[in-house]
Amino acid sequence: MKSEACRHLLGQLSDYVDGEASQAICKEIEQHLAGCDNCRVVVDTLRKTVTLYRTRGPDPVPDDVQERLYRVLDLPDGV
Amino acid sequence: MPDDPAFVERLRAGDKEACATCVREHSTNVYNLALKLTGDPAAAEDVLQETFLSAFRAIARFEAKSQLSTWLYRIAYNAALMRLRRRQVETVSLDEPVEDGAGVPQPRDLADWSENPERAVLDAEMRRVMDEAVGALSETLKSVFVLRDVNGLSTAQTAQVLGLSEEAVKSRLLRARLALREKLSVYVAGRVAEAER
Repeated sequence: MKSEACRHLLGQLSDYVDGEASQAICKEIEQHLAGCDNCRVVVDTLRKTVTLYRTRGPDPVPDDVQERLYRVLDLPDGV
Repeated sequence: MPDDPAFVERLRAGDKEACATCVREHSTNVYNLALKLTGDPAAAEDVLQETFLSAFRAIARFEAKSQLSTWLYRIAYNAALMRLRRRQVETVSLDEPVEDGAGVPQPRDLADWSENPERAVLDAEMRRVMDEAVGALSETLKSVFVLRDVNGLSTAQTAQVLGLSEEAVKSRLLRARLALREKLSVYVAGRVAEAER
């Protein structure tokens, strides 16, 4: 991750892994990745990081917390 | 359904069934935002209760030009921030990645574990490491990351909740993701080395 091209690529990575980068940027990144192993590793592991957190998703609200919430709001649970 | 004007009218009228639907739809995301920001289950529960109490009291002021969910997360975010400030929690992490001259954090760990831990995500140890990594982010990065990658909001919605530009959201999201990648890389590389021993 030393060259100017690597640094430039780094700034575009979120959009790229989200599939939101423009076609021109995607092409530029893919050309760079074909010749730069370090950047390829960063892209692959960054994508994996995002996938892991998204796969995991939010924690459920614990049952006792949910029950107290409905009580405080004076709502019948499971209406 | 939420965001339908008729549904918002029912909330305004104090319809308990509509209020319960609203709680069912949004409590998980509100709770997760509060839990990740405060790092404290008791504080997260307080924020959760405060968010819905405030929202139902102030629903007359809700303007349909923003989404109900965005409005709720904004109330929750402000309530969590108030608590953090009251506790005077240190808001700048000492463990963020090094930065280059352009302000983009430079990756340090270049081990390739991308083919590796798909099945490990459900493992308790991996969850703990993932939670600790989020907990170590600075408050500004954490709020963007949780809204975008845990709660699944769009960049535009996240920007609205936090009162930021979309560019600022993108830049913080990148920094958060790179910091988390770094932490997970260290953990997974250690785990792989252990398994190979």
